[in-house]
Amino acid sequence: MSATAAAPRRKAIMHAWGPDVLQALYRVAAVVLLAIVLAFLSKAFLSWGNILNVLRQASLLFLIASGLTLVILTAGLDLSVGANLGLSAGVAAAVMQATGSPVLGSLTALGCGALIGFGNGSMVAGLRIPPFIATYGMLWVCSGLTYYFMGGGAIYGFPAGFRTLGTGYLFGVPVPIYAMVGFLVIGTIITRRTTFGQDIFTIGANAVAARLSGIPVRRRLIAVYTISGAMAGLAAIVYLARVNSAEAGIGEPLLLPAIAAVLIGGTSLFGGIGSLFGTVVGALLLTLVLNGMNLLSIDANWQPFATGAIVLIALLIDTVTRRHSERRA
Amino acid sequence: MILLITGFASVRPAFLSLPNITNIGLQSAILLIIALPQTMIILSEGIDISMGAVLSLGGVVLAMVLVTGGPVYLAFLAALGAAVGFGAINGVLVCLVGMPAFVVTLGTFGMAQGIAEVLTDGNVVVGLPAGFEAFYAARPLGIPVPILIAAAAYLVAHGLLYHTRFGTYVFAIGGNREALVLSGVHARWYHFGIYALGGVFVGVASLLLTARMNSGHPTVAIGMEFDAIAAVALGGTSFERGEGWLLGTLLGVLVIGILRNGLDLLMVPSSLQGVSIGILVIATMMLDRWGGRRS
Repeated sequence: MSATAAAPRRKAIMHAWGPDVLQALYRVAAVVLLAIVLAFLSKAFLSWGNILNVLRQASLLFLIASGLTLVILTAGLDLSVGANLGLSAGVAAAVMQATGSPVLGSLTALGCGALIGFGNGSMVAGLRIPPFIATYGMLWVCSGLTYYFMGGGAIYGFPAGFRTLGTGYLFGVPVPIYAMVGFLVIGTIITRRTTFGQDIFTIGANAVAARLSGIPVRRRLIAVYTISGAMAGLAAIVYLARVNSAEAGIGEPLLLPAIAAVLIGGTSLFGGIGSLFGTVVGALLLTLVLNGMNLLSIDANWQPFATGAIVLIALLIDTVTRRHSERRA
Repeated sequence: MILLITGFASVRPAFLSLPNITNIGLQSAILLIIALPQTMIILSEGIDISMGAVLSLGGVVLAMVLVTGGPVYLAFLAALGAAVGFGAINGVLVCLVGMPAFVVTLGTFGMAQGIAEVLTDGNVVVGLPAGFEAFYAARPLGIPVPILIAAAAYLVAHGLLYHTRFGTYVFAIGGNREALVLSGVHARWYHFGIYALGGVFVGVASLLLTARMNSGHPTVAIGMEFDAIAAVALGGTSFERGEGWLLGTLLGVLVIGILRNGLDLLMVPSSLQGVSIGILVIATMMLDRWGGRRS
C-alpha cells in the first residue's frame, strides 16, 4: 500500500520541483525585463512611491490568487473568488459599522469567505458538479446577494487601526506586502512540506490514482475550496482597509486578474503543476503591465482587454507546453 | 414550470393576462437566441462565458454605425462581424489549439468588454435614427417581431442539430470524440463551426437588443450568458456527456422568463432573481446527479 501511495506522490513532487525552478527563473527575468523597459519609458516608474504601490496592488492580487492557485493545482477552478470578496467585504463592512469592532468585522469576512468556499467544495467534491459550473453558479449567487444587501449604496469610514492593515507602513514598507510574503512562506511550506500539500499535487496530477492510493480526495478538495474562500475573505479585509469603502460590484473586476496571475505564474490549468511563488511572480507581472499602461497614460478602459489577452496568452503557453511534454513522454 | 405558473397566477392574477404573456415572450426572445448556440456548445462539452460581453459589444458596434448615419444592413453586418469574430477566436483556441473552453471564453469575455468600453468610453450610445425602434415594436400577423425572429432561430437551430450531419457531429463531439476522429471526420472543424455559429446567433441577438433599448450600452448584456447557461442546464442538457435536447433549452428559457417576470410582479429585486436562478441551477444539477447515479 505504502509503495503504491509513494509512487504517484514522488512523481508529482518531482514534477513540481524539477522544471519549475527554471521556469520560475524565466518568469522572474520577465518581470525584471519589463521593469527595465518601463523605467526607460516612464521616469515616474522607478520612484519609491510607485514601486511600493505596485507591490501593494500585487499583494492584494496575490492574496486572492493564492487560494485559487491551490484549487487549480487540484485541476479545479474557483470562478467565485471575486464575487466572494465582494460579498465578504459588504457583510464585514456592515458588521464593523454596527459593532465598531475591527476584530468582529475581520472575523466576519474570513467566516463568510470560508463558508462560500465550503459551499463550493461541497458541490464539487460531494455532489461532483464540474468545478467551473459550481463556482460559476456561486459567482452569481454571491454577486446577487451583494447587490441585494448593499442596494445601490456604499458603507464607508472604518476605524483608523483597521485601516492600517491596508494603508499602514511597517519599517517603511506597506503592511499588505508583509501579508503577501507571510502567506507565500506559509503556503509554500504547506504545499511542499506537508502531506496535505503533496496530496493536492497528486489529486491534480491524477485524481483516480490519488483515490486508489488512499488519499481522502473529498476531504482534501473541500479543504482546498474552503481555503480559497477564506483567502478571498482575507483579501476582502485588506481591500476594505485600503479603500475605506464597500459597495456592490467591487469584486467583479478581480476574477480575471486573479486567474491571469495564477496562469502567468506557470500553474497549469490541467492540475498538478505549479507553485505559489509562481503566482507571486504572476501577480507582479500583471500589476506591472497595468501600472505601465497607467504611467504611459493608456486609456484605463483597455485594462480588461489587456488582462483577457494575457490570460489567453498564458493559457496558450500552458497548453502548448503540456502537449509538448506529453509527446515526449 | 406548471408549478411556477400556477403559483404566480394564484398570487398575482395579472400574471396570466395576455399582455403579460406577450411580455414574457418578448423578454425571453433574446435569451432564447443566445441559449440555442449555448446548448450546442455545451453539448460539445464546452461553454461560452463570453456571450454576454460579445452581445453588448455587438450592440455597441451596431448603435455606433447607426448613429454615424450608416444604413441598418451595414450596422447589422458590422455587429455580426464582431460577434462572429469573437466566436471564431473562441473556436480557434478551444477547438484547434485545445485550450479549456471556460477560461478561453473568460479571457475573450474580458477582451470584448474592454473593446466595448474603449469604443464608448464607458458611455451609452444614444441618438439612433427614429425608424429603427419601430421594427422591434412591429407586429406582422399580430405577433411581435422579436418572437418571430426567436422562433425562426429555434427552427434553424433545430434543423441544424437534428437534420444535418453537423448536428449529429455536435452530439458526437461531446459524447464520443475519439470515435468521431477515428472514423475519419474532421471533428475539429465541425467543433470550430459550433463556436462560429454561436457568433452568428449572438449577432442577430444584438440587433434585437439594440432595437429594444434604442441605444448601445457597453455592459448591458453582461450576465445574460449566465441566464443562457442556466436555461440550458434547466433544460436537462448535460455538461459532460454530450446528452441533451433543444426543446429542453426552450423550456428552460421559458422557466427563467416566467420566474423573472413573476418575481418582478411580486416586487422581488432583480439581484435576488439572479440568486434564485443560481440556486435553481445548482438544485437541478444535484437532482441530475442523483438521478444519474441511480440509473
